[in-house]
Amino acid sequence: MSEKTYKPGNYPDLPPPPGTVGVYGWIRQNLFSSISNSLLTIISVVLLYYLIDGIIGWFFLDAVFDADSKIACRKIDDGACWAVITRRVGQFVYGFYPEAERWRIDITFLTMFIAFAPLLYPDIPKRKWLLYFSVFYPFFAFVLIMGGYFGLQKIEYSLFGGFMLTVILGVCGIVCSLPLGILLALGRQSNLTVVRTLSVCFIEFMRGVPLITLLFVASSMLNYFLPPGTNFSILVRVIIMFTFFSAAYIAEVIRGGIQAIPKGQYEAADALGMNYWQKTRFITLPQALKISIPGIVNTFIGLYKDTTLVVVIGLLDPLGIGRAALADTKWNGLSTETYLFVALFFFVSCFAMSRYSLWLENKLNTDKK
Amino acid sequence: MKTKMLLAGVTAGVMFAGSVLASTLDDVRARGKLNCIINTGLAGFAAPDDKGNWTGFDVDFCRAVAAATLGDADKVNYTTATGKTRFTKLAAGEGELLSRNTTWTFSRDVDLSQTFIGVNYYDGQGFMVPKALGVKSAKGLDGASVCIQTGTTTELNLAEFFAGNNIKYNPVPIETNAEAQELYKAGRCDVYTTDASGLYATMMSFDNPSDHMVLPEIVSKEPLGPVVRHGDDQWADIVAWVLRAMMAGEEKGITSKNVKELAAKDNKDKEINRLLGKDPLQGLSKLGLSPDWAVNVISQVGNYQESFEKHLFPLTIKRGMNALYRDGGLHYIPPIK
Repeated sequence: MSEKTYKPGNYPDLPPPPGTVGVYGWIRQNLFSSISNSLLTIISVVLLYYLIDGIIGWFFLDAVFDADSKIACRKIDDGACWAVITRRVGQFVYGFYPEAERWRIDITFLTMFIAFAPLLYPDIPKRKWLLYFSVFYPFFAFVLIMGGYFGLQKIEYSLFGGFMLTVILGVCGIVCSLPLGILLALGRQSNLTVVRTLSVCFIEFMRGVPLITLLFVASSMLNYFLPPGTNFSILVRVIIMFTFFSAAYIAEVIRGGIQAIPKGQYEAADALGMNYWQKTRFITLPQALKISIPGIVNTFIGLYKDTTLVVVIGLLDPLGIGRAALADTKWNGLSTETYLFVALFFFVSCFAMSRYSLWLENKLNTDKK
Repeated sequence: MKTKMLLAGVTAGVMFAGSVLASTLDDVRARGKLNCIINTGLAGFAAPDDKGNWTGFDVDFCRAVAAATLGDADKVNYTTATGKTRFTKLAAGEGELLSRNTTWTFSRDVDLSQTFIGVNYYDGQGFMVPKALGVKSAKGLDGASVCIQTGTTTELNLAEFFAGNNIKYNPVPIETNAEAQELYKAGRCDVYTTDASGLYATMMSFDNPSDHMVLPEIVSKEPLGPVVRHGDDQWADIVAWVLRAMMAGEEKGITSKNVKELAAKDNKDKEINRLLGKDPLQGLSKLGLSPDWAVNVISQVGNYQESFEKHLFPLTIKRGMNALYRDGGLHYIPPIK
């Protein structure tokens, strides 16, 4: 029995007892701390094994990635038949846009990132020059996608579909509804009775009517008001409806932000002699928008997913393309694969939006740090 | 007096404007394309293939009209419509032809101001059961649980049929066709009922279609046909006679393979000669069609039988009511004289 002695204050840190740290310690503490917990762990592992084994088997190991039809798929293996996706990936992405012209969509889509970069990331180098492009971009995209100018073949809107349609509807709706929503929010707070009443009416009407009803109005009612033969494309009508609908929600979200600003801020602005627009531009909006970011992004994600509703008026978004694929006798019955693929697409885009909003919140959250 | 004059002037102006409006045929010819309204996807009737080309029984009819009027079956713009939007799309002029398995009913014909030009598919509500159930007739379904889409005419038809035959049943209300498929596959209901063509399409989506069968009873009338707007009789006639030409093709044995050959020679059957433009067909110029219109239709799309067999036989749909009258079906077309 030889116990080492140390001078006071020089006692070294001894390693923790074995079995309490590291992987082993973690497992023991969290998974096998008692008999019942150990049992639960073992049962869960077994269940997980079967579950994961089944899932991986169905998704990958037993899956068929290329075949001519569902029957051909089943002959090869009994897992997922991804052939319905791989054979139709062009349709899922571009709808019925002519194959020879699809480069136009590719370019529009890629340049969209350049156009959005200076808006989304304020620190980007050469931002000023890029902003010019952003302003010019909508015209560029319109001409490129629709055609009919500069020797580009004109493309009928009825050929639009798939992810391209979702992105067009989503991006146009989002980009147009934010400024409109801000104006409506300001209008609702305005001292001018007419402006305030109009804003309130618009917001309450749009929020009080289901989106699907507005889409039916876009697809059916508007036709009756227009002379027959006018080709006021349904795409434009639907985008307008989406914009109005989402703007009403955005307006309320931003109003929440505006009302959260302490009264002292306005009084300080008044004391400095700022006029209404200066106050709005430098005091109200920067703070209100910052507060409203989660709500705004929430609305945008909702809008983006709501674009699938266009199926009910006969536009073929990814879901519609998927259903049409299922109506092909070759692929009839592969609904799980189709819907999973569409779900994956929506998850990826919505998750990206949500991550961006988190990043932006952290960046702007200067006062709470 | 002045207002009366003004009114008369306006009326005259409107009438004049109406009379100078181009006919549907002229619109289609000027555009060089037929705008055809079709289903967003229904097995056998309209669905895009892997290349993105629409195919199907209803799509074939669009192609046939394009072949007759423009000489090229590929000159069609397809506009997809759901059950709710199809009539407004037609009324708004988004298409000249609605070829979307549309049931011909009184109110749709009269109230919605459109013209049903004929029937290209006789459908009706049927019952699908697993063969293991051992039922051979719908009358043997006493006490069965039936999957039924709520809020449709099928619900009413079902109630009437079972009440009329004094048998009890257990309705399992569902919202969509997809949901019904799952419930039926899971054995939650013994019977699934909807339009027979839909039953066959559903059956084909199963892993073992041969384990199921459609019972012989058809309990409702669903005559499906192409639709055009009221008000342009020339166009309605064109569309109607394109359908009849396809059926005449089957009746006279004219197929996409032999139509060119038959058109070139003098046939004993003068009706073939008139149809294929060898002999003059009185009044054809009033339709504004060229003498080879039927040749274009049958050579590019095929006759009724070819179209039916190509798109609906894979779904194991039999001719049944959709055979020609001489084969025991309902298709009986006026003579081409």
